[in-house]
Amino acid sequence: MIKKLLILLIVLATAYVGLFAIAELPPYGMPDNPVHNQVSERYINGALEETGAMNMVTAIVLDYRAYDTMFETIVLFTAALAVVITLKTDKKEQIGGEGEGGR
Amino acid sequence: MRDFILKRVAAMILPFVCVYGFYVIFHGHISAGGSFAGGIIVGLSYIAFSTIYGIEKGRAKMPEKVLTWTESFGTLWYGIMGMVGIFKGAPFLANKLAGVDLGLPGALFSGGIIFYIGLGVGIRVASTMITIFFSLMEDES
Repeated sequence: MIKKLLILLIVLATAYVGLFAIAELPPYGMPDNPVHNQVSERYINGALEETGAMNMVTAIVLDYRAYDTMFETIVLFTAALAVVITLKTDKKEQIGGEGEGGR
Repeated sequence: MRDFILKRVAAMILPFVCVYGFYVIFHGHISAGGSFAGGIIVGLSYIAFSTIYGIEKGRAKMPEKVLTWTESFGTLWYGIMGMVGIFKGAPFLANKLAGVDLGLPGALFSGGIIFYIGLGVGIRVASTMITIFFSLMEDES
């Protein structure tokens, strides 16, 4: 019981500190927020001239951050590879094997 | 699932779903969407087909050889497209710096290598989805 109370106290204290941190955040969508720096300004003003793509998201994903997307596709490749290695069962092995699994 | 109505409705809808997925991939640099979303749609059309008609017919529509090829060469295609920049004397994956013709904004073949990279990524995502689904389905049966 005391242990549970102690855990509750710790959780509440952490939440209190976290809420203080959240209260310090700038209001959402204000034009003078720190997120609206020169990087997003460059993207908004120069994406069409510099990449020729009308969709700004594609311009960022496939041109400005092309390296990121490249390794994202490698992550996809690794995921598919891991699934195939884990789940692929050889048919011949299942029929003629010694039968470690009783399926 | 061997439902008659489901099969007929799927036969009518799924081709358009697949074509729409390729539309989203090809128009990723013009309109909303992109290669990842389009690839998911293309993959989902095949996944729905093999769920409704059975894994055997789904396998017949998408042979394992094709899956292996797209799976292996999708990422390599990205690298090859990146080498265009190096051959033109610019950094890896450079687009405008490499002097690629960007074309008229809004046209289908605009944006330099973005179009080709997006095509590779879309096919890649679709093949990944189908491969994972087929592996999971086969283990179950």
